[in-house]
Amino acid sequence: MGLLSKKDARLILDPLADNNPITIQVLGICSALAITAELEASIVMSISVLFVLGVGNVIISLMRNMIPSKIRIIVQLIVVATLVIIVDLVLKAYAYELSKTLSVFVGLIITNCIIMGRFEAFALANKPWQSFLDGIGNALGYGVILIIIGFFRELLGSGTLLGFKVLGDPIEKTGVYAFGYENNGFMLLSPMALIVVGIIIWIQRSRNKDLLEEELVGHCDI
Amino acid sequence: MEHIELFFKSIFIDNLIFATFLGMCSYLAVSKKVTTAIGLGSAVIFVLAVTVPLNWLLDQYILQEGALAWLGPEFAEYDLSFLSFILFIATIATMVQLVEIVVEKFSPALYNSLGIFLPLIAVNCAILGGSLFMQSREIPTFGLALTYGVGSGIGWFLAILAIAAIREKIKYSNVPPALRGLGITFIITGLMAIGFMSFGGMLTGGDEEVKETPKTEVVKVITEDEKAQELKKINTEQHRNKELAKNTKEIKE
Repeated sequence: MGLLSKKDARLILDPLADNNPITIQVLGICSALAITAELEASIVMSISVLFVLGVGNVIISLMRNMIPSKIRIIVQLIVVATLVIIVDLVLKAYAYELSKTLSVFVGLIITNCIIMGRFEAFALANKPWQSFLDGIGNALGYGVILIIIGFFRELLGSGTLLGFKVLGDPIEKTGVYAFGYENNGFMLLSPMALIVVGIIIWIQRSRNKDLLEEELVGHCDI
Repeated sequence: MEHIELFFKSIFIDNLIFATFLGMCSYLAVSKKVTTAIGLGSAVIFVLAVTVPLNWLLDQYILQEGALAWLGPEFAEYDLSFLSFILFIATIATMVQLVEIVVEKFSPALYNSLGIFLPLIAVNCAILGGSLFMQSREIPTFGLALTYGVGSGIGWFLAILAIAAIREKIKYSNVPPALRGLGITFIITGLMAIGFMSFGGMLTGGDEEVKETPKTEVVKVITEDEKAQELKKINTEQHRNKELAKNTKEIKE
């Protein structure tokens, strides 16, 4: 880590696991669930959020001494909305099919709580370089979860990854389908996204006991 | 009839939370108690009912391709739809601020119960999502836009009310420690979403459509299982036909 000091490196690495925006901070769930039926869409979504959060954090951090605190939410919304329009137009120009599948969820990056949350909690109080690292770190933490969900939903749901038939052809009965394997079409439906996230949280928290929620009213209270 | 159909469709079938996951952040954060859930839920209904029709007007008269025709023929070719994100979110933010001021002035009691939630709502995905879905589904009239706004608001209200009630009860049950809190809430929401999927067949309409649905299913089954075989059959038949054609040619020659 020649480029980054220890403190800076923590800014990137912390959100990846122990302070993950989705599973620990519970921010930005909306888009994480709706578009993860395919791996490709989740990767594109992560990249879009990476761009918006990285650049947005720097802009807000540069302007932090100029923004009156009363209207800061509107200023933040305008910055995000501008960046999202750029992402939307780029997607429409270079990946039209994909921008159709993502439909309104590109626009919903604006109200992605991760972005507003990081602006409020970090960029308004820190220097541009740290804010940039924080933005990248949080967007990566978001992306990791999105890609894990997308991976399992596409693999189990339609037997493909990024559109390649990794498990063989279900119609020709090749690969695992020859042994009577069937795709679980249920994975493609929206409820399973919630359950997959629930399972990820379960695994993460049982590996790291510090993350357990102290909601112990307990069954002995009755 | 149109209104009733859209109303129930937006509450049950296209429920903002269970079908499209909009507004999950505040749904998870503010659903620990039923009373606060009711407060936030009614604020969402209110704001959706105001902003969706307003954004419909903006979309219809400013943003859509050719929407500026009312300004004169030279404006008819403008297409400002790329501005819709920024305009929608600005409308929502201002409306929320405005509603807050008005409610505070005229009904302090309502302000005390709704007030703290209003700033939260400006950045709630459900509100912007409602407007964006209204745009992408091309809802034709102002009245329908209003119905859609109110309907999706009520759907969201129902969802947060249900999960808050369940979370109040589940505190007393023996959930595995790692699943407590967030994890189990996700899984319960997933199960509720599966339940809500059963509303999907609610609006199939009269007898004719009901009769039609099983037919299509049968056709699907055939295509999935026997597609390959059929293709092979067709191919072989074509081959035979060609060979026959050749034979006849040869015979004629």
